[in-house]
Amino acid sequence: MDPLLLLEQAFNGLQFGIMLFLIAAGLTLVFGIMDMVNLAHGSLVMIGAYLATTLIAWTGSFLGGLALAIPATFAVGALVEVVALRTLYRRNHLDQVLATFGLILFFNEIVRIVWGPVSLYSGLPDYLMGHVEIFPDAPYPVFRLVIIAVGLSVAAALYLIVAHTRLGMLIRAGASNNEMVGALGVNIKSLFTFVFALGAVFAGLAGMMLGPLTSVEPGMGEPLLILAFVVIIIGGIGSIRGAFIAAIVVGLVDTVGRVMLPVLLRAFVDDAAADTAGPALASMLIYILMAGILVVRPQGLFPARTG
Amino acid sequence: MSKRILALATGLAASLALAATPVAAEKVKVGFITTLSGGAGIIGKPMKNAFELGMEHVGGRLGGLETEVIYGDDKRKPDVAKQLANKMIKKDRVDIIAGIIWSNLLVAIHGPVTRSNTFLISSNAGPSAVAGKKCSDNFFNVAFQNDMMPEGMGKYMTDKKIDNVYVMAPNYQAGKDMIKGFKRMFKGKIVGEVYTKLGQKDYQAEISALRAAKPSAVYVFLPGGMGINFVKQYAQAGLSSKIPLYSVYTVDALTLPALKDAAVGTFGVQHWSPDLGNTVSRRFVSTYREKYGKTPAFYAAQAYDTVMFLDAAIRKAGGVGDRAKLRAAMRTVAFPTTRGTFKFNNNHFPIQNIYLREAVNDGGNYVTKTRGVILSAHGDSYAKSCPMKW
Repeated sequence: MDPLLLLEQAFNGLQFGIMLFLIAAGLTLVFGIMDMVNLAHGSLVMIGAYLATTLIAWTGSFLGGLALAIPATFAVGALVEVVALRTLYRRNHLDQVLATFGLILFFNEIVRIVWGPVSLYSGLPDYLMGHVEIFPDAPYPVFRLVIIAVGLSVAAALYLIVAHTRLGMLIRAGASNNEMVGALGVNIKSLFTFVFALGAVFAGLAGMMLGPLTSVEPGMGEPLLILAFVVIIIGGIGSIRGAFIAAIVVGLVDTVGRVMLPVLLRAFVDDAAADTAGPALASMLIYILMAGILVVRPQGLFPARTG
Repeated sequence: MSKRILALATGLAASLALAATPVAAEKVKVGFITTLSGGAGIIGKPMKNAFELGMEHVGGRLGGLETEVIYGDDKRKPDVAKQLANKMIKKDRVDIIAGIIWSNLLVAIHGPVTRSNTFLISSNAGPSAVAGKKCSDNFFNVAFQNDMMPEGMGKYMTDKKIDNVYVMAPNYQAGKDMIKGFKRMFKGKIVGEVYTKLGQKDYQAEISALRAAKPSAVYVFLPGGMGINFVKQYAQAGLSSKIPLYSVYTVDALTLPALKDAAVGTFGVQHWSPDLGNTVSRRFVSTYREKYGKTPAFYAAQAYDTVMFLDAAIRKAGGVGDRAKLRAAMRTVAFPTTRGTFKFNNNHFPIQNIYLREAVNDGGNYVTKTRGVILSAHGDSYAKSCPMKW
């Protein structure tokens, strides 16, 4: 295969990985700090996408809509934390799984009632519709480059917040021993609310950027949630750095595997069999990767809680 | 003594009454299974609408008999479709199950429904699996056999001497059929053949690979939401002006409102188009637009034809109780179809015209325009291996 094409596919993988990172970041923070399994995280992707689509149509401006949708998603996240999740921190993981699964059903139904069961499609403003030649003879859509840029800035901002601010210090302290942080006089309750709402915004942001690329529909976050769980398991629960690296790895493996595997298989088996087995095997790749990493490093690549 | 006789008499009378009901007031029960939720909802909802419109046009009575229609949402999942079909047969005791968009769902319910002596009418799915050796006398397809449109496209592209084509379809039964059908009539060279995940949303990686293969044309089968995503991303990648896009079941009245300019200039093949000139079609399109405010796609036309077909067949057979009589009526009945001409092949699949269509921007209205007949009175290629003779 052409090396330039491989490079371009790696770029596609990077873009997908960054999308996954945005979703996984909030998930891993909540899991790491509150010790809370939140299955409803995918619903926040969906809420972000719906809010953005509606607000963009309402304001008539792409950026204006996003500027309103981000605080709105933050508010939804904070509300969910205060109303539902707060009561679950002291319960065991099974209770949390059941309760947050209930939240998924709740959110999907709310979306169906408010926006209807049929998918929404939205377009891009003209200034994001163009393409740039990142490689000779290979025009790449501007909007996908914007996604990469947004994702990288979020990752950088998160790194700065977590590693270099007082808030970040509290988050890290909360991840290693939240009871002690509370005992030291920090308002752990509002810290939790803030962290959860921040995670909701990242997930919502992923949803907002997915909207113009694909479709906005009830349950759109669930397939992504599964991948986000794979990411945080590979990356090490609670670790932002781990989530970032694992998301990129998962994005690359999934994308490059999807296009390369059928081609590779054709070299070994007949075409018809390769065409059938290739896509099937490609969709298993990341789970095989996860299983492999779990065998070697059960705690993930960069576990947050060491010792 | 008299008490016992009274009880006996009551019992007898009751059993007589029970036995008498079905004869006295024959009622038609139809189950209509389609996909109403998720991305595929844009296909299922108009089909339900068109079925309801058809029912309105026949006065709510199929063949002049009291009719009850039970709608079911299969969520595009084979297991859900199977449960729905089972429930309709055993609990609702329907005489006919119609609808079904997806080939894999049809294959899943084909056996259980046809074996239960219930008629199964496909208003869309036409997989090869049930058109050949496994054809059934309880199954009728009023839509098309999957391979028909790709055969038409293959013929057209061969006639136009288009070479070096890149082909793509989802990795499931209908996807395979669409590529196989295309290859049956396409004589040029195929430079790439890719199968994607069913329901896939992001095609960027496939688009990169496609462009690198430098084809002179692209042929895809990506129905519903998949097609919207692909064609949109194809335009976003700047390819629509460079590599012409030919598709089947992808660009139509359903997807055009979402696609708009992204699809203009792409060619498709279909057995029906809203601009067909026959009276039934014109009446259907205008009443549909009036009632639902949208231009119907062929899916809707097929659902409408399903009603017209059932109405005419039940009327000819004089009811649904005698299955053999109804079957005979279904095979030969002439009904007002939106397609103008329609005939059943020996495998109960249609013999019909295949048209070339182009997506155009008609003054802000995105529609498909018929650009000629590619194949006339075209029958599918599996009929000859179907053992059914009538």
